[in-house]
Amino acid sequence: MSIKRIAVGAFALATVAASATLTGAAEYKVEDEAIKASLTGKAGDPDNGKKVFLNRKKGNCLACHVVSSLKDQPFHGQVGPPLDGTASRWSEGELRLRIVNAKALNEDTIMPAFYRKDGFHRVLKNFKGKSVLNAQEVEDVLAYVMTMKE
Amino acid sequence: MKRKALVLAGVGAVALAVPSVMTFAAEDWGQYQVGDKRSGYTFAKAETRAIQDDDFENPGMLWVEHGEELWETVDGEAQKSCKSCHADASDTMKNVGSTYPVFAKDIGKLENVENRINRCRTDNMKAKPWKYDSRNMLGMVSYVKRQSFGQPMNVKVDGDAAPWFEKGKEFYNQRRGQLDMACKHCHVDNAGNMIRANTLSQGQGNGFPTYRLKWQKPGSLHRRFRGCNKQVRATPYKTGSDEYLALELYVMYRGQGLPVETPAVRN
Repeated sequence: MSIKRIAVGAFALATVAASATLTGAAEYKVEDEAIKASLTGKAGDPDNGKKVFLNRKKGNCLACHVVSSLKDQPFHGQVGPPLDGTASRWSEGELRLRIVNAKALNEDTIMPAFYRKDGFHRVLKNFKGKSVLNAQEVEDVLAYVMTMKE
Repeated sequence: MKRKALVLAGVGAVALAVPSVMTFAAEDWGQYQVGDKRSGYTFAKAETRAIQDDDFENPGMLWVEHGEELWETVDGEAQKSCKSCHADASDTMKNVGSTYPVFAKDIGKLENVENRINRCRTDNMKAKPWKYDSRNMLGMVSYVKRQSFGQPMNVKVDGDAAPWFEKGKEFYNQRRGQLDMACKHCHVDNAGNMIRANTLSQGQGNGFPTYRLKWQKPGSLHRRFRGCNKQVRATPYKTGSDEYLALELYVMYRGQGLPVETPAVRN
């Protein structure tokens, strides 16, 4: 990672912390490139998380990521990195920030922010003022992703 | 000693494997690739390409034939057909598919083939305009663009077209919708990667109107724009709108040099 990239990351992190309050989503604090506290104060449910992860109208995570343990599911995408072993590479807080708003770490990423309600351009009516996932769904997906250890 | 030899053999195998992989990746796509620009043809499955390659199999040709009939069909109060003024399309329309959209000085804006046809119908033929993705419009656009079949895309983006080009480029790179993606995130950054069951293409426009197997009919480039916009949960613009005209110019520019493939076949 170049120095420039780190600088961009730090700048984005600062703006995220501020915009979290502005957008009206439940507040969260970003520190050390992570959101350390649960968004709901509750632990996530990995079983429901798996459902949300697979649901094409919710997480739809396989559209972009390969997960070897989900081989029974068809059509894993190649747009993002494979998630095998991701929980051994990143802490829970780091993964939470990636799901909530990956642009805090890479402003040019294709990955949608799954927990952001507004500040978008020309959102379709049905999705206006809504985040892709609600806070508990983020925690549930996270709990499921945390099972992906090497 | 024995062990060392094995290691060396292993290294040798890797070294040999690398060039063979590279040879495989550099497939020769002929006219469908110009520099790093690749037609959607090169991302399509072999079965799909085979349908496009055979004029008798290609269902888009039915619309080309329909357009050919319309070309000489009198319509409107002025009692004219296209042929009344434009004679032989293979002669008069031969550079249209490769150069549109163009800036039309007489109306002071950018115009694509669909909008030009409707202007001709209302102003010259005194006929009703066609709906954008109607059978007649798709037929006529397919027939007109077919007259440029195989010609390299060559749109003009300077002069009066420059502000439209800039607007199109801006659109292309603007994130939109709840999924917050710009055209470029899929079609520049991820072209060639699988998203679900589909390989992302460069989003080239040189084959439109394109027969989509999913649609079971041809569709306009603007219809495709609408589909893409809705997929990222963004409010689409209208077909034929200024926003999509500008985007069409930018997309065609991205494919500069690729051959006109109308009617292309895609999944």
